[in-house]
Amino acid sequence: MREKATARQRKIRILVAKPGLDGHDRGVLVLSRAFRDAGMEVIYSGLLPSPEQVAQMAVDEDVDVVALSLLNGAHMTAFPRVKTLLEKKGGGDILVIGGGIIPDEDKPKLRRLGITGLYGPGSSLDDIVEHIKERVRKERWRA
Amino acid sequence: MAFGCMQALLKDDRDGYWKRKASEFVERRAKEGSLYDKKTLEEIRRGVKEWENQVLPRQDRKSAGVRADHQTASGIPLKPVYTAADVKDISPADQGLPGVYPYLRGIHPSMYRGRVWTMRMFSGFGTPEDTNKRLKMLLKHGETGLSIAFDMPTLYGYDCDHERAHGEVGRCGVNVSSLKDMEVIFGGIPLDKVSTSMTINAPAAALTCMYAGVARKQGVPVEALRGTVQADMLKEYLAQKEWVYPPEAHLRLVRDLMVYCTEKMPAWNYISISGYHIREAGSSAAQELAFTLADGFGYVELGLEAGLKAEEFAPRLSFFFNSTMDFFEEIAKFRAARRIWATVLKEKYGVKDQRSLLLRFHTQTSGASLTWQQPLNNVIRTTLEALAGVLGGTQSLHTNSFDEAWALPTEKAVQVALRTQQVIAEETGVPNVIDPLGGSYYVEWLTEQLEEEAYKYFDRIESAGGLLKAIKSGYLQREIAENSYRLSRRIEEDKDGVVGVNKYVVPEKEPISTLKIDFRAQRSQIRRLEKVKRERDPVKVRASLSRVRKSFENEGANAIQPMMDAVMAYATLGEIIAVGKEVWGSWKEPAIL
Repeated sequence: MREKATARQRKIRILVAKPGLDGHDRGVLVLSRAFRDAGMEVIYSGLLPSPEQVAQMAVDEDVDVVALSLLNGAHMTAFPRVKTLLEKKGGGDILVIGGGIIPDEDKPKLRRLGITGLYGPGSSLDDIVEHIKERVRKERWRA
Repeated sequence: MAFGCMQALLKDDRDGYWKRKASEFVERRAKEGSLYDKKTLEEIRRGVKEWENQVLPRQDRKSAGVRADHQTASGIPLKPVYTAADVKDISPADQGLPGVYPYLRGIHPSMYRGRVWTMRMFSGFGTPEDTNKRLKMLLKHGETGLSIAFDMPTLYGYDCDHERAHGEVGRCGVNVSSLKDMEVIFGGIPLDKVSTSMTINAPAAALTCMYAGVARKQGVPVEALRGTVQADMLKEYLAQKEWVYPPEAHLRLVRDLMVYCTEKMPAWNYISISGYHIREAGSSAAQELAFTLADGFGYVELGLEAGLKAEEFAPRLSFFFNSTMDFFEEIAKFRAARRIWATVLKEKYGVKDQRSLLLRFHTQTSGASLTWQQPLNNVIRTTLEALAGVLGGTQSLHTNSFDEAWALPTEKAVQVALRTQQVIAEETGVPNVIDPLGGSYYVEWLTEQLEEEAYKYFDRIESAGGLLKAIKSGYLQREIAENSYRLSRRIEEDKDGVVGVNKYVVPEKEPISTLKIDFRAQRSQIRRLEKVKRERDPVKVRASLSRVRKSFENEGANAIQPMMDAVMAYATLGEIIAVGKEVWGSWKEPAIL
């Protein structure tokens, strides 16, 4: 259990990952940099982690947020799998946000699982950062 | 495992050629030009100065909405207008004519007057049956070349029943787990009547063997097969990231395919040296140009090291570029590519055979430039990008569908994309004149700018210890990531406008109907794979995989024939790729952030 710092000093720890066979990393590299510039501690999973590896990394690194991105059409299998595994591994309170190529009809199910954001192409980096900060404030830090 | 054949790419060859070439541009600018006499040139310069000092300030109105900066997408600063003074150095020898060294204006004397570019639509999804249907539809609608898109499991060498394939089968391309799948993809398509491009990299050799296997079953002689496999592993490490083994192992397989095809499949382009993915990853035009050509020179060295003569293999080195939204920069880029390739092969590698100097390329319009918002706007984007490709002299063209940011294309969307090319070919008159923008002050100036940038990059790569070191250290990947972030920030800060995204944004969405792929494809493919495994001769398969392994273990051997035998025995893609994993292991990229 990390020691609580004051709200001002606390940095959001965020794992950025593509939990599947998807090496198209332009998006996650840009996001990682944007998150870092916004003052977060960014852990990038590297290429091709399995959902299992992502969940384990999230728990091992004791992150506040996992940011999942997929462009390969496998999000309805992979994102819920990460969420399930997080819960199994004791990381059920880690926030999950998602993005990539996610058809509108898939979004309600993902949101019901607690996976929010669901940012598609052309999303504003500032919007994504704000969304993360707000969720962390409300749900992790209850400041 | 030491790879002697990779020595060329590791060579720190500091003979100073790149520095000399880069400084040629500076020297030429300082000299008096050859196009105009001194008096005329001074007159032109005086006119420009007068215009800048007297005409421009009076008329220039800065109003809201006028761009504060004027630069290409790559960041090259742009003047308001270009004149003869900006291209004073271009000599007839520098420019050449179509089909004449340095091929700036086109690689063939007649270009589209003789034959229009190949209309080759990248296609594939779901099951082999689904894809066979789509290929036949596109042929019926007038595409003139086939191009196959594979799903992620296939691209990474996993069979459809592997645990990592779960949820991914058929979702962004067609699934191929064995020769049987290829037979279905090309069922009813005679391979002696078509040319096929396969976008496949890590398992390119295996897929080439499968294509040859289909040909054998159709009774088509393998040596008659026309087509391309992408197989450009260097750019995988840079941009597309679809590798399985360490670089040296994949380069060895590239070499094997190069040697095998040079002898046994003379009409097969065994590599498509690509800049498309480098650009999609966020690079600038100059980086796309430089890194692609640097990869190309690397493959030349690979072939020479393998003991081939340049004229034996270089004519089959083909290229693949992006065409994105900065219209004139793209055209200049294509022209620069041709001139650099011909010049370097002639000057640095001493190649005399003219066919080896021709940079033949396929173009794809940029997927990353298309928006999820207001998807019909993408028809316009793709049209402009296609036009740039044609004005740049491409040999072959794929146009994206307007639903690119949503899903794989519907039949309707891909028809519109194909028609885009056909309208350009039939109705605009553009194919009637070769290199119509040749002589444009702006385009000729920009062509030289990009060339100069490229030579500087070649020098930097050499200083970094050569291409392989530059890739393994992450230097090139970081260059791409830097530019990618720069572009993202420009859009975020409204310095670059993207219609529908940060300009003319419309909150209401008009949903479009999209192609849906579900688990049906995965179930069907797994059933087929089970049947293949039941019906094949397990002794033959084991023996063939053992021979594949032996060939992998012997760096001097050529692995293609053993892979052909394994494929014909219905060893699966995953089984063949797994042998390589055992022999060579895998590879993790260096930190880029």
